[in-house]
Amino acid sequence: MNNSTPPVVQDNSLDATSACINHSEKKESSLALLKYSLVGMLFGIVFVKAEIISWFRIQEMFKLQSFHMYGVIGTAVAVGMLSVAIIKKFKIKTLQKETIIIVPKKFNKGQIFGGLLFGLGWAMTGACPGPLFAQIGMGLGAVAITLSSAILGTWTYGYFKEKLPH
Amino acid sequence: MHVISTIQAPWPWYVAGSIIGLIVPALLIVGNKTFGLSSNLRHICAACFPAGISFFKYEWKKEVWNLFFVVGIILGAFIATHYLSNPAPIKIHPALQKELSNANIHDFNHLIPSDLFSLNALFTWRGFILMVVGGFLVGFGTRYANGCTSGHSIMGLSNLQWPSLVATICFMIGGFIMTNFILPFILAIK
Repeated sequence: MNNSTPPVVQDNSLDATSACINHSEKKESSLALLKYSLVGMLFGIVFVKAEIISWFRIQEMFKLQSFHMYGVIGTAVAVGMLSVAIIKKFKIKTLQKETIIIVPKKFNKGQIFGGLLFGLGWAMTGACPGPLFAQIGMGLGAVAITLSSAILGTWTYGYFKEKLPH
Repeated sequence: MHVISTIQAPWPWYVAGSIIGLIVPALLIVGNKTFGLSSNLRHICAACFPAGISFFKYEWKKEVWNLFFVVGIILGAFIATHYLSNPAPIKIHPALQKELSNANIHDFNHLIPSDLFSLNALFTWRGFILMVVGGFLVGFGTRYANGCTSGHSIMGLSNLQWPSLVATICFMIGGFIMTNFILPFILAIK
């Protein structure tokens, strides 16, 4: 165990482009990784039970016909903000006693162009990436096609990345 | 029995929102991980079809925790559907239901209308556009924006990141434009 090493290894190629980075230096076994599956399972249950993955709820949101999705996202942001503030204030460590790191997001025009394109797709499919997986879990096999298309979209972005305005 | 029926009924927004919000600190504390789901699409590309593209040349195995997270989501959705499902039909705003009925959509028994999202629907123009083009936009747009609803709107905003606020506003603008101005034309395609 090497708790004194500061866990600040940042792969710059990933840093600038990925929204989500593993900051832990510790290697985890497959068994240890199952704890993420447990958190994910809770998320999947909420997705279905609160009808967040419903195409109808997404249409109602964008038609201002229902408060539901605004309530879900608003509460999630409020609870998340409070949690991050508490973590920072009390310098809470991870279970492995590492310092918690959250890399700031860098602005580029991709957040505007990509954001608008994703918004169009969100209203069409009624799903963001998480719900696509959850819909498959519900047994909607056809969503595998939507997901494959999303993977192709990400691949296409990677292919043309240098040519796109950022 | 009261507990069971409470769990089976659709969960209110404040319960769902609180649990989702708590995933942020849970992932940070459990293993220093930041919440964000669209990255998984990139990891899948990196793992399966890197094709020598520099954007997909990174140590995706380091991010494998997120794929475990996704497997959990799939299992959770399965459990909720098969063991905790709501016996009552889902409620839809009457104006939306009327509009969709006029557009020849009649499946209001599921969270997703099979008239638009199913193998049969794939061979209709509107089904093809919504599933294939819509899916493509989700994958392309989230990566271009460097995050999705979870990475930007929840994780980013929780950490007071203004680029995430810009992204979230753009997600919403895109969605409003699609639902209100473009989708009616897509649904009208025969």
